Amino acid sequence: MNATTAMEVNAEARRILAVSISKLYASRTQRGGLRLHRSLLLSMVMRSARDIYHSSREIEGQSDAQPTSEPMETSSDQTVPEPQPELQPAVNAAEPPSEESDSEDEGCDSDIAEDKENMSPTKQSRKRRGKAAAAPDFLPSKRARLEPGEERYAAQLGSCRAGAAESLTALSLNLNRVIPAF
Amino acid sequence: MCLNFSLNGSNHLLLSLTSMVHNASFKTDVCPVGARNCSRSCGSSGAVTGAGGGNSDVQWCFSQVKGAIDDDVAEADIISTVEFNHSGELLATGDKGGRVVIFQQEPESKNQPQCRGEYNVYSTFQSHEPEFDYLKSLEIEEKINKIRWLPQKNAAQFLLSTNDKTIKLWKISERDKRPEGYNLKEEDGRYRDLNTVTTLRVPVFKPMDLMVEASPRRVFSNAHTYHINSISVNSDCETYLSADDLRINLWNLEINDRSFNIVDIKPANMEELTEVITAAEFHPNQCNTFVYSSSKGTIRLCDMRASALCDKHAKQFEEPEDPNNRSFFSEIISSISDVKFSHSGRYMMTRDYLSVKIWDLNMESRPVETYQVHEYLRSKLCSLYENDCIFDKFECCWNGNDSVVMTGSYNNFFRMFDRGYRQDVTLEASRENSKPRSVLKPRKVSTGGKRKKDEISVDSLDFNKKILHTAWHPLDNIIAVATTNNLYIFQEKLN
Repeated sequence: MNATTAMEVNAEARRILAVSISKLYASRTQRGGLRLHRSLLLSMVMRSARDIYHSSREIEGQSDAQPTSEPMETSSDQTVPEPQPELQPAVNAAEPPSEESDSEDEGCDSDIAEDKENMSPTKQSRKRRGKAAAAPDFLPSKRARLEPGEERYAAQLGSCRAGAAESLTALSLNLNRVIPAF
Repeated sequence: MCLNFSLNGSNHLLLSLTSMVHNASFKTDVCPVGARNCSRSCGSSGAVTGAGGGNSDVQWCFSQVKGAIDDDVAEADIISTVEFNHSGELLATGDKGGRVVIFQQEPESKNQPQCRGEYNVYSTFQSHEPEFDYLKSLEIEEKINKIRWLPQKNAAQFLLSTNDKTIKLWKISERDKRPEGYNLKEEDGRYRDLNTVTTLRVPVFKPMDLMVEASPRRVFSNAHTYHINSISVNSDCETYLSADDLRINLWNLEINDRSFNIVDIKPANMEELTEVITAAEFHPNQCNTFVYSSSKGTIRLCDMRASALCDKHAKQFEEPEDPNNRSFFSEIISSISDVKFSHSGRYMMTRDYLSVKIWDLNMESRPVETYQVHEYLRSKLCSLYENDCIFDKFECCWNGNDSVVMTGSYNNFFRMFDRGYRQDVTLEASRENSKPRSVLKPRKVSTGGKRKKDEISVDSLDFNKKILHTAWHPLDNIIAVATTNNLYIFQEKLN
């Protein structure tokens, strides 16, 4: 795959990721609760898009590609970071799931930004945290964490591009936790 | 449980089986085993010669359309399931508003022996109401996901209807007589003055206007954490299964406060979830066998005699993926949306997004037949993903003698595939083609560059007009096709 097609694939992957994230977000508010099947399919698409995005970026990096045109970047910049800040306050307000954790609706919002619930059930507080109190505590920890062994890809191109890339890696790194403790 | 052996098509076995069944007191007017060429005189109308045979013979014409005419569709009126009963006399539909409407076929009139009876409304009732799960802060939709009829045992009809969480057994009974001539009460119900009672009489039944009553006999609830996608009545007529995304439960029709979990594919760690159950069905003849399909495109056949928990499948049906067709959306389009056994029980049909596959239960490695429903959409998957159409769950159905299969598509098109003649046809359910007894003209989608006259190009297809639910009369060539909020009934053209 040469640099040009890698760029196209990269843009396509970013677009699909952006669309998927907005779908995931929208499905939380739909009637009847989160659909497990649909969420699973969305996460699979996001995973393939993420893999293709990363592999195409590697190829781009290898061939030292030039920055792409502005319109493409700004559109993807706007769509991708937007859901993320919206997700964070939504997760703040969500009740931490119980141990049985069959609550589907908050599964997906807490998945992307944080997976505290999955990691250590014993540390979960069953108390409903107030919005005001939660905001300052949660905000730092809601930033996506890197999985052990994975490293951030260096921003090689313009700053706006790096912004999109970072938010994408941040969102996509936790893809395997899209469907957490249900 | 009864009848543990399967019909293998040999006449000897078939006849001995039907004789066993006919000696039992069945009050149906239909051959209970659906025998196609039943030569036993059971007084049934089971044998229908030439039904659903070659597509070259059968022409379909419009019969009726039910539902509102205006284009502004109320969400509650969206049809979510369609099902004929075992005799084909009754046709049930469920909608998003939780209502069930049952149509009954009028008896064939002497004046028009060539025209099969029309379907008119028989009963309408509210099956499910919206509920709220306070523990999870979730609203439970009242949409009817599936309706399944029970085989008729007495004068009343029974059906199971389900929404996302609760299954209900409904009894639909007719009342056409009422008692009159009580001694203590007047006709309007007021009690009579005892002093005026000088003689005694026995109340008698007098005819009255037909009243059809639907009453819930059982409510099966609190057994599913995830959304119920299928219910299937067992051939033993005592049990049924209900399947959600991760679990399948077995119920006794008489007992509603407990069920047995027979399949559980929930992983210990939900992060490892890779597939969900999308549909499940009991074998039509073997009461110990059922299948369930997954979002990964596999079908597992399980035997309940093997163990109480059927996590280990007896057979797994899977076709290896064509590496040339790999895309972002391969997983979505390989997800099976419906699985249906043939009436004979020898085959099963699965529907994924682009195709219909027919499997021989004896061969797990690949389907015996594959039919492309709308292959021209393969290059449009990205847009279909964006407008959510790629998540549409199409159903499929067999005709009475398993020679033709049918499924829906977009633009109010539906497709039929004749297995014997290797022909397929695309028809359209629309108000424009709705003159009584007008023959449906085959439609064609142009895929190449040149668009012929009367063909429609892929880009002109209306993806909001989708046919997800279709049903075929078990004995005759009568089909029910549901567009968004209308139900079309088409019949074979008879001359």
